[in-house]
Amino acid sequence: MKTTLTVNGEAHEVTHDPRRSLLDTLRDDLRLTGTKKGCDHGQCGACTVLLNGERVNSCLCLTAMHDGDEVTTIEGIGSPERLSALQKAFVEKDGYQCGFCTPGQIMSATAMLREISEGAPSYVSDDLEVPKLTDTEMAERMSGNLCRCSAYPLIREAIAMASEVSQ
Amino acid sequence: MTLRKPLPHDSARQHVTGAARYLDDIPLPANALHLAFGLSPIARGRIASLDLDAVRTAPGVVRVWTHADLPSDCDCSPSAHDEPLLSDGTLHYQGQPVFLVAATSHRAARRAALLATLETLAETPILTIEQALDADSRFESGPVIWSRGDAAGAIATAPRRVDGLLEMGGQEHFYLEGQAAAALPQDDGTLHVHSSTQHPSEIQHKVAHALHLAMHDVRVETRRMGGGFGGKESQGNALAIACAVVAQATGRPAKMRYDRDDDFIITGKRHDFRIRYKAGFDEDGHLLGIDFIHYTRCGWAQDLSLPVADRAMLHADNAYWLPNVRIESHRLKTNTQSATAYRGFGGPQGVLGIERVVDHVAHVLNLDPLVVRQRNYYAPSGSVSERTSGGAPAPCSAAPRTPGSISEAEKQVVPDPEAELTSRGGPQDAGAAPAVPAGVQTTPYGQPVEGFILHEMTERLAERAEYHARRARIAEWNAANPVLKRGIALSPVKFGISFTLTHLNQAGALVHVYHDGSILMNHGGTEMGQGLFQKVAQVAAHGFGVPLDAVRITATDTAKVPNTSATAASSGSDLNGAAVANACAAIRARMAAHLASVHGVEPDAVRFADGRVIAGKTTMSFAEAAALCYQARISLSAAGYYATPEISWDRMRGHGRPFYYFAHGAAVTEVVLDTLTGENRILRTDILHDCGASLNPALDVGQIEGGYVQGAGWLTTEELVWDDHGRLRTHAPSTYKIPACSDRPDVFNVSLWDGENHVPTVGRSKAVGEPPFMLGISAFLALSDALAACGDAYPSLDAPATPERLLAAFGSLRGTGG
Ligand code: FES
Ligand code: FES
Repeated sequence: MKTTLTVNGEAHEVTHDPRRSLLDTLRDDLRLTGTKKGCDHGQCGACTVLLNGERVNSCLCLTAMHDGDEVTTIEGIGSPERLSALQKAFVEKDGYQCGFCTPGQIMSATAMLREISEGAPSYVSDDLEVPKLTDTEMAERMSGNLCRCSAYPLIREAIAMASEVSQ
Repeated sequence: MTLRKPLPHDSARQHVTGAARYLDDIPLPANALHLAFGLSPIARGRIASLDLDAVRTAPGVVRVWTHADLPSDCDCSPSAHDEPLLSDGTLHYQGQPVFLVAATSHRAARRAALLATLETLAETPILTIEQALDADSRFESGPVIWSRGDAAGAIATAPRRVDGLLEMGGQEHFYLEGQAAAALPQDDGTLHVHSSTQHPSEIQHKVAHALHLAMHDVRVETRRMGGGFGGKESQGNALAIACAVVAQATGRPAKMRYDRDDDFIITGKRHDFRIRYKAGFDEDGHLLGIDFIHYTRCGWAQDLSLPVADRAMLHADNAYWLPNVRIESHRLKTNTQSATAYRGFGGPQGVLGIERVVDHVAHVLNLDPLVVRQRNYYAPSGSVSERTSGGAPAPCSAAPRTPGSISEAEKQVVPDPEAELTSRGGPQDAGAAPAVPAGVQTTPYGQPVEGFILHEMTERLAERAEYHARRARIAEWNAANPVLKRGIALSPVKFGISFTLTHLNQAGALVHVYHDGSILMNHGGTEMGQGLFQKVAQVAAHGFGVPLDAVRITATDTAKVPNTSATAASSGSDLNGAAVANACAAIRARMAAHLASVHGVEPDAVRFADGRVIAGKTTMSFAEAAALCYQARISLSAAGYYATPEISWDRMRGHGRPFYYFAHGAAVTEVVLDTLTGENRILRTDILHDCGASLNPALDVGQIEGGYVQGAGWLTTEELVWDDHGRLRTHAPSTYKIPACSDRPDVFNVSLWDGENHVPTVGRSKAVGEPPFMLGISAFLALSDALAACGDAYPSLDAPATPERLLAAFGSLRGTGG
């Protein structure tokens, strides 16, 4: 079957098996290998992308269900010459070890910072109207992105740094 | 100066933009084949019949292999030649590869692999320690026993005694990038293999052996891994060999990667251990005699189990002087995945054993466990305490082994080219006994404990973490709170650095200086996130006095540096950094000699600093210097080499100096435990760790934090469960819980001990990959401390301390406490 997707601002028509995941479409058909496959189970967050602006685990999305949708991957939020604030902060804080979880962390954090700025509460929010980026919020909201190297302290520092820059 | 800088990882920009390529990201030609294994459904038995017709005719399938179709047994073992790539008819564990499918896509191969009709003759599997002991199912002919003094006598006559049993689970590596390999056939019959491996030379050797090729016919390249942790030391062999077989047979590129569940089900994990202990001590808590029995489940194949179990024995003392000690180690063969290397390589299991004993002793004496720890620490070098001033430490002796128990491999003097020379599972020659300087205590295996700094470190840490004040506050808090209980513990680590297989302690490097002043560097170490490439590049930049961006690091490649050891045993930067430093020194000396002769100064007077070269009154850029040397026909390329000095080890006797030096660290962890649910969290962790003179404090702190969290994960949430049929039931992150962002301690203070390695290493730094893993033990002990506040008996907590286990332990404490 055929599906049309806009990926990082560019329209693509892909022909695929109805059971193909969005992750496989991105990696294998569009050769956008920055999005990683850690588990293929929706458990690790390495495959996080933005789907119409919201973060999703692309391994749990069927390409067939996203005709006409807009996808942003790690390749779409900055380039080595023009890094996004989060990308810069991850470089600055050295927020990784092996780097395999990093694209997912950055995509997830990109959406997470916006969710907070738009006032979306989490279950640890003290203030349901105006949630703040506390350490607890960050831990809770980023808990879907595993890092086996446990670079968590620096990941959290990087996110905090980027959020200060953007405020 | 580029040594000692908190510089970020190499590839930083590639990582944050998704451009960093891992194996599965490497573009392959369109005709590449993708591979999958068909797996054994049972843990023990034989293949009765195997019908692969449906597999062969499935869409996309190009060819299928069984054991009989392979060019050889395609052995994957790093030690005992006991791991045929595909089952030879005997089934050893549930998940063992039985046949191999090559298809036009990953999905087609996997789907086809499910279509086989495999009939088996099942036998009762050997799964538990009891079953293995009953069946005498083990590696080596009997237990390995090392001892010093008279442990039984000392325990019998000691004023006080404890005994107990501690179970500790294994651990899945869960490298975020699963195992993967690819092989590309070349036009001359040779193979180019890409592998996500910590040990490219081993992959090269195993592939060559499987295909009856010479090692120079196989080139293995590893740019980076998405985590390794020991799981990619030997466990990648099967994938690389499978790809090589397919590539050679079909002339097409072949790639294989395990899906996450397969990775859990097929590959080995950390060894689980049961440790039985008996200890005798005086009223002050001094350990007088101690007896350990280690039982470890090694799984179906030998793999690296012998050196792992050895290292557990070598760390049975951790930081403590044990005058009379006996350690007995059983390496049990079971119908489970073949347990393998995992960060610490048995060390953590050995350390946890003695830490449990010290904790138990303190509980019995109603003393602060920290006090008992400090009382039993090795004496600071050169100042043997009163307790041991009665004479030199007793010599280490090993229980005699019968002549028949010494294998032929061990007797061998001339190495067999087929032998696993580059693997830690390989045969070991006997080494000489170390000299013991006067007034220095020795480990149970006879190594002098020099440069022991845990006394000072512990005091500094206890003070910074306010250990004593917090302990008092926690006692008050626990008295006032019936449901939530807090606990605190300080635990030290002393970890031996070097491969215990002495000849592996060598490394090579290749450094080129181009005539534009740029530098290309290659070494035998692999990058898995530990920052090795960055550290080694710093060494090279420092060697030439140039900025770091003048140095390019390339993928690890067996065609550039031969006969490398695994990047393991924390040795990566010690060995490879030294080899690179030697290569740089050789080139620099040639450049200096030439420039000195041109400018009429002594070679020693030529300086390389800040990107410039100064020879007498002349100053030039490094690039100009390189061009001048090139024009004068001075060689600007060198191979560097390094072998660790002073080490020697006699494994049979359990005696020698297996380690070049020890790395130290200590951690204080405070936890809170909900006694109604078993839920718990780490409130605060303070760590002080010894990296010698750190080459890169930022990278080292990252390793320490990561090691601690992974160690705490091992002992708290990460639980492997096999059912009675030997099926691993926790084979995905949905059922196997590794630490998440929210599991990090609420307060996490990590600092580096400001010191220098007492032996000469690169910049006097110390290895950091594994030692901090054992700091996670403080989290386990803190949970035990919280439980201890719930009753009078000693909690005797097993690991991992899952909420379920904590709740059960709480229940039995309350039961015994009335
Ligand atoms: S790969 Fe999608 S969540 Fe792990
Ligand atoms: S940096 Fe390795 S998994 Fe996160």
